[in-house]
Amino acid sequence: MAEYQTHQHDVLVIGAGGAGLRAAVEASALGAKVGVVTKSLLGKAHTVMAEGGIAAALANVDSRDNWQVHFADTMRGGQYLNHPRMAQLHAQEAPARVRELEAWGALFDRTKDGQILQRNFGGHKYPRLAHVGDRTGLEMIRTLQDYGVHRGIDVQMECTILTLLKDGGRIAGAFGYDRERGHFRLFRAGSVVLATGGIGRAYKITSNSWEYTGDGHSLAYHAGATLMDMEFVQFHPTGMVWPPSVRGILVTEGVRGEGGVLKNKDGRRFMFDDIPPLYKDQTADNPEEGWRYTQGDKNARRPPELLTRDHVARCIVREIREGRGSPHGGVFLDIAWIKEKLPDAAGRIKKKLPSMYHQFKQLADIDITQEAMEIGPTVHYVMGGVRVDPETQMSDVPGLFAAGECAAGLHGANRLGGNSLSDLLVFGKRAGEHAAIFAKQNGATSVSEEQVEAAARRALEPFGRSSEEGPYQVQRDLQQTMQDLVGIVRREPELNQALGAIEKLRNRAQAISVEGNREYNPGWHTACDLYNLLTVSEAITRAALERKESRGAHFRDDYPAKDEKFAKVNLLIRKGAGGEMKLEQAPVPAMPPELAKIIEEMK
Amino acid sequence: MASATFRIWRGNKNGGEFKDYATEVAPGMVVLDAVHEIQATQAHDLAVRWNCKAGKCGSCSAEINGMPKLMCMTRLSTLPLNQPIKVEPMRSFPLIRDLATDVSWNYSVKTQIKPFRPRKPDTPDGTWRMAQADVDRVQEFRKCIECFLCQDVCHVLRNHHLHSQFIGPRFFVYAGALEMHPLDDENRLRELRDSQGIGYCNITKCCTKVCPEGIHITDNAIIPLKER
Repeated sequence: MAEYQTHQHDVLVIGAGGAGLRAAVEASALGAKVGVVTKSLLGKAHTVMAEGGIAAALANVDSRDNWQVHFADTMRGGQYLNHPRMAQLHAQEAPARVRELEAWGALFDRTKDGQILQRNFGGHKYPRLAHVGDRTGLEMIRTLQDYGVHRGIDVQMECTILTLLKDGGRIAGAFGYDRERGHFRLFRAGSVVLATGGIGRAYKITSNSWEYTGDGHSLAYHAGATLMDMEFVQFHPTGMVWPPSVRGILVTEGVRGEGGVLKNKDGRRFMFDDIPPLYKDQTADNPEEGWRYTQGDKNARRPPELLTRDHVARCIVREIREGRGSPHGGVFLDIAWIKEKLPDAAGRIKKKLPSMYHQFKQLADIDITQEAMEIGPTVHYVMGGVRVDPETQMSDVPGLFAAGECAAGLHGANRLGGNSLSDLLVFGKRAGEHAAIFAKQNGATSVSEEQVEAAARRALEPFGRSSEEGPYQVQRDLQQTMQDLVGIVRREPELNQALGAIEKLRNRAQAISVEGNREYNPGWHTACDLYNLLTVSEAITRAALERKESRGAHFRDDYPAKDEKFAKVNLLIRKGAGGEMKLEQAPVPAMPPELAKIIEEMK
Repeated sequence: MASATFRIWRGNKNGGEFKDYATEVAPGMVVLDAVHEIQATQAHDLAVRWNCKAGKCGSCSAEINGMPKLMCMTRLSTLPLNQPIKVEPMRSFPLIRDLATDVSWNYSVKTQIKPFRPRKPDTPDGTWRMAQADVDRVQEFRKCIECFLCQDVCHVLRNHHLHSQFIGPRFFVYAGALEMHPLDDENRLRELRDSQGIGYCNITKCCTKVCPEGIHITDNAIIPLKER
């Protein structure tokens, strides 16, 4: 019999980033007894890394902006695989969510008349990102954290969930362990909100922290929920490439929003060489016009550096592959050049991009006000996740909700920068609200001992083994496999090879041993993470194999064009009765005529 | 490739010792890279906290050759690699294991500080107007990543253990940020003096020296609050 401590909540939120905290605040405001479980300390979640800003059509900087334009931009960026209702709700509600954050103490940069300032970002037609320098994520998480601690929310820090528990078909809670002592914890709950973020740690080069092991995706999948759009993994075009130890760390898109340009080793602005037809009319055709756009000229069109992330990342890969890259295998991102245009360029760069200045100075000995940065693509975000109802964020499992990066639907085939922080707020709130209502309406649950025993047994197994191999080598080999075979450019033989490799890695993972005891043991934690990482890796690979076309973030070298057949389908993944991973094609949700009209008008 | 020795504290609340680990050193490496390499190859259960590895989350605080620092922002090229590099946990907080300490005291202190209370909205649509200059003034404090290195180094906590009477530099910065927030109309000065111990600070500026965000904790937060 496993020993454990029991907690009882109406709503249990797993994850304490932007979505989790926003959900907790909302559920608590509706009178629910709320628990938050987080793998790290409060305030350290991946949201702190977000730099650029929160997309919301406040229209403070350009009065032509409104929710319809934001909606159309989001759908275009997602290549129309997004759930139109989610994209609509997101665009409509984001402004209120931003203002609410200000009422809770967040401080954004201001316009001349004292309103919230907004900046340009890739794929957004007008300046739309509310921001504070380049540390918007920190401002957001600190605001939610400080607001939340006065709301009686019970936060369990450094606690990891191993499995979700069910009562018949319905969710009944979760089972995990606290890191400090390694003791098991049982969380009984009327409803559960997953807000666990992404999957970046399945890859070798990523901007994501150790926490991003696809926990929510995997927990939901094994509990019987449906995953969707898993083939769409966003490679952010600009990650650091040198020195090796910082490879993958994010360089904000804000650098390009402030006038930064991409150049190859010959000094050519290669982004002008390939502008997709869908964006031709909105994109500057000369450097001068692009510069004017970044400086707020409303009659200018955006420079091609601010095209969507999927496209920019592929152009960078092309330059590198064709031998025009920088010395360390990237390309150049140059913001220092603006000194040709502005009197106090260095001062301006330090003011607008303080943490970028700091990051390069300290980690790479580069002064970005004087020289160009070397950058290359890095795994940044997964558009795929738990399929949810757009209004409530509930998954196919009654009582199980998902919000933020671990949920699917809003971003389709590619996410626009800035749409993530707004996603967290809009759908975090909705998930919290509906989870509270669900818990209230559906009452108490019971949990069977067998479920708990099975999870405890599985977690402890590695301690009993005497294998030569520990968890870290398996994790590294998985990351290398995904990087090499399921990366930014994909091919059928390699994807098949990856499936075989994942199967072998799973066998190895089931044989590893863990040294030491249960107290704050990262080796044990890594062993538990492998189960989730292998699940999401398989899901990404199977979906990538199935989508025989190139669209958004998914690029198939063997099917380099878009295929109309796939334009109308999302790929769904479920766990089969025999434990096997099942994949099916489902038609994209119908577009209501009023939304179709908006898209048509904005084309 | 060169090699370096890392002398890392291993132990828990019942005691411990320094252990030496040799590992390869590559260009650009930071202390956290070396600790991770040692963890992956020689000491799988080596406890260390980290998240962003870019100086933005404030998780990987430790004492490196006796100086409170973020492991992710301390480059090996700044350290004398011809001798062992000492890496130990923050000494002002109870040890959990190895390099991980129990910093929960900080979280409970924060709840004692009166929350943000905005003035009435400036316009009928419920929003406010603020000047960029007023926002800029307080941004320095809002950069804080809660690494708690300032708490670690402060002698009032480290040597005198006045945790029940003194909230520490981090929370003077926090209170200062709220006091100087352009919209806030709460008053926190009485508590700062009476129960939060601002008088104990004798302005040695150790906190300012170790702040990885370069916040002028003493000059810009503590002294103005003392003088109010």
